[in-house]
Amino acid sequence: MILEVEKPLLELEEKIAELKKVTENGVDLSGVVRQLERKAEELKHSIYSNLSAWDRVQIARHDQRPKTLDYIRELFTQFHELHGDRHYADDAAVVAGLARFEGRAVLVVGHQKGKDTKENLHRNFGMPAPEGFRKAQRLFTMAQRFKLPIITFVDTSGAYPGIEAEERGQYEAIASSIALMTELTVPIVTIVIGEGGSGGALGIAVGDRVLMLEHSVYSVISPEGCATILWRDASKAEQAAATLGLTSENLSKLGLVDEVIHEPLGGAHRDLAMTYKAVQLALTRHLGELVELAPDDLVEKRYQKYRAMGRVQREVKVSP
Amino acid sequence: MPSIFDKFRKQKPRIDSSEGEAVPAKAPASDLWVKCAGCGTAMYKKNFQDNLKVCEKCGHHHKMTAQERVEQMCDQNSFSEWDADVISMDPLEFGPEYLNKLQQDRAKTKLSDAVLTGSATIEGLRVALGVMDFHFRGGSMGSAVGEKITAMMEKALDQKLPTVMITSSGGARMQEGMLSLMQMARTSAAVRRLNKAGLPYMCILTDPTTAGVAASFASLGDIILAEPGAIVGFSGARVIEQTIRQKLPPGFQTAEFYQKHGFVDSVVKRAELKRTTFEMLALLTRPLEVV
Ligand SMILES: [Zn+2]
Repeated sequence: MILEVEKPLLELEEKIAELKKVTENGVDLSGVVRQLERKAEELKHSIYSNLSAWDRVQIARHDQRPKTLDYIRELFTQFHELHGDRHYADDAAVVAGLARFEGRAVLVVGHQKGKDTKENLHRNFGMPAPEGFRKAQRLFTMAQRFKLPIITFVDTSGAYPGIEAEERGQYEAIASSIALMTELTVPIVTIVIGEGGSGGALGIAVGDRVLMLEHSVYSVISPEGCATILWRDASKAEQAAATLGLTSENLSKLGLVDEVIHEPLGGAHRDLAMTYKAVQLALTRHLGELVELAPDDLVEKRYQKYRAMGRVQREVKVSP
Repeated sequence: MPSIFDKFRKQKPRIDSSEGEAVPAKAPASDLWVKCAGCGTAMYKKNFQDNLKVCEKCGHHHKMTAQERVEQMCDQNSFSEWDADVISMDPLEFGPEYLNKLQQDRAKTKLSDAVLTGSATIEGLRVALGVMDFHFRGGSMGSAVGEKITAMMEKALDQKLPTVMITSSGGARMQEGMLSLMQMARTSAAVRRLNKAGLPYMCILTDPTTAGVAASFASLGDIILAEPGAIVGFSGARVIEQTIRQKLPPGFQTAEFYQKHGFVDSVVKRAELKRTTFEMLALLTRPLEVV
């Protein structure tokens, strides 16, 4: 997957690799290589410090961007995946399990997108069915019973729109998941790692702390959906993305996101190790603060946090 | 800026949320007659209103305004409004176009936003009541709707009142972006406080109740009733059709469909809604009948 915005940089990097090969074969071009490497670095800066909202959407959807299971593999030990909602099925679009984070037992839940077509078909492109939300709820309740903190990873274009999903109560599954998360007596840290698509994202994203990777996006509706509604033209998604305020900066400004986790220059997919480290540090800090709070205090603070989310005013009526 | 529903109005063949309005019949004397959105029968307007906007021939339940709903559900003059002045802002800077639409809908509906909240009595039983109005921006939920509903539930909590929420909405309001999505969490958290306090919370789903509203406070009721034929669901019919590339079965995503699949307690005709609501709430709150 090659992003439009990255093309010049990738071309330059390819050229550098070629010249390096020539150097290895005996013709010394190391001077030129160094020069081009400096140029690549500058190009990287100029590209990634001027990303449009639409570029962000592309980066957030990048198939090589780390997914939930990558974070689980890199940041957790003793991960044991737990399957199924104990009612109907196991939804592969949502992964969940017990694990340790820096020695502490936790519950991890996240949307799981695939990195190729085969995996995506298995994961249904990370779009949960009602069973995904019900699996999450079952395990949230268990985590509460054993006083385990909860960590959720958000990465979905949205809940799956299908006949069976509707028959089995997609809306009810999301609503009860959201409601449950507002009253759990254990700490919840949510990290938006890629795409946060509307209700399907929020279904596992109500947290004491909501963190967001710098180039992730989180939106009430997909830019394509918004463009279709506003201008009856899905190709105006770029314009819609700019309007929806879906970037980490926008959401942080509105107070809907507690911390933006900075990504390595070029985006998470260009330096995985640095990305994992940054997420780990943020998790350590937030979890460390939250486990100190008494359960009642935690729930009250969470209520007040969401209670404050809204922009309204009192209308001043002009008397005639 | 077109409403979310303008699009469906033009394209959708089946009778649904957007076509639920009875249209004025063609001349002559069009102000005296309306045409049923379900079967096309022309009805004398006064009879139509007296029959609670339900078609006498086919039983189609047409959309009501919030004020008509209050009149239908509450004892006469018992309703007193809360937060009548709470209005939305333009947090994403959509611009004057959005603010003008809000202003127009305020003038048209005499509501501050897409929900009317307050307290009232239903057959003598005092309740907190919220009524959404589809005529205001398609009943969409932005900050003002979320604020009014949450504040209503908090007042119900303080005053130990049962809560009745009558929904009609296409979901979260796009123009207020992620603040709209967060209203789902905000209102759901308030519902859980009612649950915890042992106060009954009843949802009455009317046409349409979909997306972000269905996926939050509208489906968290101790009791969930729905009006006949009301469209309910998460994803829009058109989005589903495009995704799965097949036609949807008849009756898909209606109140009856969701009763069959186990998500609606009872489909109740409009004419019986007031009495049913009263009796059910009384059963929950008055263990011994007062004779
Ligand atoms: Zn009719």
